Amino acid sequence: MRVMAQMSMIMNLDKCIGCHTCSVTCKQVWTNRTGVEYVWFNNVETKPGVGYPRRYEDQEKWKGGWQRNKRGRLKLRSGGRIKRLATIFNNPDLPVIDDYYEPWTYDYDMLTKAPLSTESPVARPKSLLTGQNMDIKWSGNWDDDLGGSQETAADDPILATMSEHVKMEFENTFMFYLPRICEHCLNPACVAACPSGAMYKREEDGIVLVDEDGCRGWRMCVSACPYKKVYFNHKTGKAEKCTLCYPLIEQGKPTICSETCVGRLRYLGLMLYDADAVLAQASVENEHDLLDAQRACFLDPFDPEVIAAAKAEGMEDDWILAAQNSPIYKLISEYKVALPLHPEYRTMPMVWYIPPLSPVVDVISTTNNDGEDARTLFAAIDKLRIPVEYLAGLFSAGDVVPVEDSLRKLAAMRSYMRDINLGRDRDESIPEAVGMTGTEIEAMYRLLAIAKYEDRYVIPKAHVETARELEELACSLDTDGGPGMGGPTAATAAGPYGKTPGMPLNATVDNYNQMVGKGGERTKPTTPGRVNLLNWTGGGVPDGMFPPRTIDGATGSPA
Amino acid sequence: MNPLDILLWVAFPYAAAGVFIVGHLLRYRFDQFGWTSRSSQTYENKWLRWGSPLFHYGILMVFGGHIVGLFIPKPWLEFFGVTEHIYHLGATWLGSIAAVLTIAGLVILLVRRRLVARVKLVTTVMDKVMYLFLTGTIAFGTTATVLYQVLGAGYDYRGSISPWIRSLYGFQPDPALMSDVPFFFQLHVLCATSLFLLWPFTRLVHVFSAPLGYFVRPYIVYRSRDGHRGTGAVKARRGWEKSELPRGTRDKEGSRR
Repeated sequence: MRVMAQMSMIMNLDKCIGCHTCSVTCKQVWTNRTGVEYVWFNNVETKPGVGYPRRYEDQEKWKGGWQRNKRGRLKLRSGGRIKRLATIFNNPDLPVIDDYYEPWTYDYDMLTKAPLSTESPVARPKSLLTGQNMDIKWSGNWDDDLGGSQETAADDPILATMSEHVKMEFENTFMFYLPRICEHCLNPACVAACPSGAMYKREEDGIVLVDEDGCRGWRMCVSACPYKKVYFNHKTGKAEKCTLCYPLIEQGKPTICSETCVGRLRYLGLMLYDADAVLAQASVENEHDLLDAQRACFLDPFDPEVIAAAKAEGMEDDWILAAQNSPIYKLISEYKVALPLHPEYRTMPMVWYIPPLSPVVDVISTTNNDGEDARTLFAAIDKLRIPVEYLAGLFSAGDVVPVEDSLRKLAAMRSYMRDINLGRDRDESIPEAVGMTGTEIEAMYRLLAIAKYEDRYVIPKAHVETARELEELACSLDTDGGPGMGGPTAATAAGPYGKTPGMPLNATVDNYNQMVGKGGERTKPTTPGRVNLLNWTGGGVPDGMFPPRTIDGATGSPA
Repeated sequence: MNPLDILLWVAFPYAAAGVFIVGHLLRYRFDQFGWTSRSSQTYENKWLRWGSPLFHYGILMVFGGHIVGLFIPKPWLEFFGVTEHIYHLGATWLGSIAAVLTIAGLVILLVRRRLVARVKLVTTVMDKVMYLFLTGTIAFGTTATVLYQVLGAGYDYRGSISPWIRSLYGFQPDPALMSDVPFFFQLHVLCATSLFLLWPFTRLVHVFSAPLGYFVRPYIVYRSRDGHRGTGAVKARRGWEKSELPRGTRDKEGSRR
């Protein structure tokens, strides 16, 4: 037994309103740079829908994740070591940027500075790759709220595996949002596929990271990740991915996506697991057994044997305590309401989801039945095959039983707590029907519905006595051009080696006008010298930021 | 031995070798972040799918051929039964296949770089200089082979160019060996030497990160945030290496605000 701690996340999908706040704040923190304009470490998908990048769940095409071969051993679906190095000159499974979307900005300057004309000025979309005018045809959430999904939803790989009538009916049946970040898997395919060994799983907290200095840009991680959550920075030629905001996590603070989540639907905490058990459990034959196999990797943080083994590994007491108080442990192992996303990829993902009951409740409510009555809800879960089957396609490799169990617990909680809130007698038969006690239901209600900050985030600090770099303002990702860079100056970006082509490194997304001398001339602002403060990194005073000085030293507008 | 011969066939190669070695060492030390193949596959894949493997497999064959032709002395090969005739057949046939693959790939890559707007825009000046010398080297080498080996009577470069190169490695340079070498071979050698001179400053450095370690390392890599964790009771296993802090962090320490 090798006890490891894994910082994990759970998202309660019933609470997600699809506002994309998590995506936007994540983007502002991590990917508002050139080269990653198209990258969303956190994205929110409408389901059913094709996702981001398009159809990423179709592993027949993208060859992500692991596969069990005839001898019962795990193999990367994209091939073993020899095939990988043989195809290193052209990764056969790599999505091109159009599978995500071509990034663009608008010619905003036109709106205020267009010459007098009979027509209203328009801000035309400009490609951030070429600076040319472009037609916007796709984006990271083009099918948001099922928009245009009559045309695209048939491409949803999960719907495709379901029966024909589903495709016709689903629009009237259900819809929910699926926020996604990197899964920080226990058996990460991206790490296994990296030819340079530059990707690794952190021993302390299991966060999967890219060593930006070691990455040589072979792009095998991008294609091997079945969730397509490793991205290629096309300007620096290096892989980048969600870091689980580790500079924050190390200080005991939640990630940006969690902190800013309006619905408070994210939970962060530790799971203890046995690293030696992972490979065998990920190799079980039946895909439907993968959920239980992963649960079997997790260790009970209250078990004295586990505690002793954890201490032998050097785990500190506060970390063990945090594992015992972890909301993740409660939701996965005690209440068993959380489920992993696509366990069939065999990567043992560690961002789990509480499936949404809302599709079921919505149907009941529209038929004027009592959407908070346990018996009605139980019957509906049994009867509403379409959402349940779809959820099973997402969270349990198509096995409806775990999804039903989870939904029934949520339904029981809903119904049992209504009686309490209305001052009625407690109906203990409701928790009994789902194998829980009234006390457990109340505790689960407190965690899921009240969701206090300190209950949602139980994050032990990294040990300062052993860490050298925990100041928030100087995170260890602050390498030039790296994901956490504080914005290198033009001087550091233009050294003899570090020169990247195209736009300057310290630019933000909104900056095609800065593509000077690279075909960008035609798209230069109509008033050269004007400064867009959105692009200002805070360093230095660019030309045009202030009006020119007059001769006597006072400032004023030019004559 | 005139001064020009010494300049071209002694001074220049040694200067290029010096820049090549020192340049790579310095760049490896100070520019890990810039050390990448800087792939453009995400921009465009339809042309690259053909061009890149053709070029790379071709150029690897070319490299192998040059090792055999330049670094293994003639008598050694003859000792193993490779006569002049067999060597010539092999060099001509395998060399031709390699040349066709390389040139076809290079043409596809160059056309793509010029015509695909996304790729063209990210091409740096250094890329262009590198492409010029790379194309020149391949073009002169092919021209020399076609002119002298295929159409002509055949030129035994293993009696002149090869010993000259080995004389450089032995620090007993003999520029006289090169003075009577046919013109296009001379051009090929000079162009290649210039390319070696430029090498550490271009994206060609990715050649030295050929990830051969992938064959032997464990699939899942674990690294520790700092080296002090653990009681030492459990011995670290293969694949559980300790990581170093990114170098950039330490370098920046002095300038931290």
